[in-house]
Amino acid sequence: MSSKVKSTPSILTANSLSIGYKDKRETIEIASQINFDIQPGELVALIGINGSGKSTLLKTLSAIIPALTGDVLIDNISISNLQNKDLASKQSLVLTNETVSKQLSVFELVALGRHPYTNWLGHLSQKDLTLVNEAIDQVGLLQNQHKTCDALSDGQFQKVLIARALAQNTPLILMDEPTTHLDMYHKAYVLQLLKSIVKRSQKSILFASHEINLALQLCDKIILIDQGRVTYGTPSELIQKGTFNSLFPKDLIVFDEVSQSFRMKMNTD
Amino acid sequence: MNRNIANSLGLVVLLLIGIGLSLSLGSVSIPIDEVLKILLGISTENSTWEYIIINYRLPKTLTALLIGSGLAISGLLMQTLFRNPLAGPYVLGLSSGASLGVAILLMGAGLFSGIFGEFMFSKWSIILAASLGSILVMLAVLATAQKVKDTMTLLIIGLMVASLTSAVVSVLAYFSNAEELQLYIFWSFGSLGNLAWGEVGLLSLCWCIGLGFALICLKNLNALLLGENYAKSMGVKLNRNRILIILSTSIFAGSATAFAGPIAFVGLAVPHLIRQLVTTNDHKILLPNIIFGGAFLMIICDIIAQLPGSDSTLPINAVTSIFGAPVVIWLLVRKRKLKF
Repeated sequence: MSSKVKSTPSILTANSLSIGYKDKRETIEIASQINFDIQPGELVALIGINGSGKSTLLKTLSAIIPALTGDVLIDNISISNLQNKDLASKQSLVLTNETVSKQLSVFELVALGRHPYTNWLGHLSQKDLTLVNEAIDQVGLLQNQHKTCDALSDGQFQKVLIARALAQNTPLILMDEPTTHLDMYHKAYVLQLLKSIVKRSQKSILFASHEINLALQLCDKIILIDQGRVTYGTPSELIQKGTFNSLFPKDLIVFDEVSQSFRMKMNTD
Repeated sequence: MNRNIANSLGLVVLLLIGIGLSLSLGSVSIPIDEVLKILLGISTENSTWEYIIINYRLPKTLTALLIGSGLAISGLLMQTLFRNPLAGPYVLGLSSGASLGVAILLMGAGLFSGIFGEFMFSKWSIILAASLGSILVMLAVLATAQKVKDTMTLLIIGLMVASLTSAVVSVLAYFSNAEELQLYIFWSFGSLGNLAWGEVGLLSLCWCIGLGFALICLKNLNALLLGENYAKSMGVKLNRNRILIILSTSIFAGSATAFAGPIAFVGLAVPHLIRQLVTTNDHKILLPNIIFGGAFLMIICDIIAQLPGSDSTLPINAVTSIFGAPVVIWLLVRKRKLKF
């Protein structure tokens, strides 16, 4: 498990966090005793089967819903003490399943990332323009920056959303399944892109994903949610502990420790 | 960018031509140079023309400009807030609230005619009833907006309120006599031409306040194009902006309905027409175009409603839909795509 001793300044910390939903009548706890500590420049995957609570955890970390108990610290400040606007300068989001208007040019959409810093009319300063251009360049869309998002492929549009988060220039980026709807090549491409971003800029990225095999190869740390229990560590730590062996029912896929990936189970009879 | 500037300029030119035509055409046709002379305060030989322009056509044209652009802005605001292309000023139930107010006044007259007597059927009492109706609905929507965090739920609630009020209007209509019913139906046809200068002034004041609220959240409207979660993650105060947007819409739609009756179609259609023209959804570019476009559409509809050269007029509410709907359908079919 992660140590609670802070040797280096961490960007995102969960302290005995428990997540779930609460209304007047009942409290549904989805996972508890969550502890982790993400350092600057780390790429962290959040992994779990469908319905395990990945989205709930991401929503809690991004202050969309409150924590049941425990605390989330960003830059060592409790998230509940941060105003929307202060939070916007510390973490940016890449979400799927939002009804995003595609009737904007690539440049305009990415420039929205500067929203927390611009004046009431949204005027872009020289610094804003530089950051927007850098962000578009980083995801390799400079050629397409004046195209309308409508005309882009799913993979390109995903890159636009990532560039918007980069333009927001926050030390932490949270992503909800950034690789859904993409083919195998573009999945690898996007994850590779995330890896290069954290290496180059010392930003930290936490992304929820179903791409366990790719994540194991690329990520510095993995947060695994399995039946309300959360395990955190480097990929090799989790493999050694055998955490992945019990993730799925064993009838179809098994974790192969030699290749460090999940494999289809071959029917031998 | 340049294309967008050219488009805006084109719209402004069209609008100016529309204004010219609207002042010059009507039951009496006045030459355009005479119209200009009268507007510039140069005396003309024909004082009847001067009277018609100053006291009748000018306030009517201004009303058309204010109501067309106001309804178009409120349509844009609702479509962005709800991230739904079907939204328009009516979705919050405001025009239905106004209709209910007027229906109660005109058709429930038997109930309180004794108290108000002559005041009952004056123009001001209708304006008052319509305003009260839409203000009450607006307050209800605002209260709901505080409680309901989900914008889609708010949309459904607005539609429910609309159908509830129209049901009450039907019940009132069922129990009212032919004369009262006729009064109500004439109101519901809508009219731009009944406003005196004082009323036009009041309408402009409402328009300015509505625009003020819209301008305050102009930047945040762009953030809302990405959905509420993104907007919040970019530091937008959701509740505050939601309330500003609803206030702005209510003032535009409420005042329009109060002064000119329920006018359908403009609020829903103009944003879609303009989006076919303008390449972006950036509100800083959309908003001025939508103001020009809404005003232009309304002026043209009003000119058609006047049936130039004849003494009769068509109900404006019917004209906006009869002539506007085919245009929108044709555009969408031709472009094969709704840009939203």
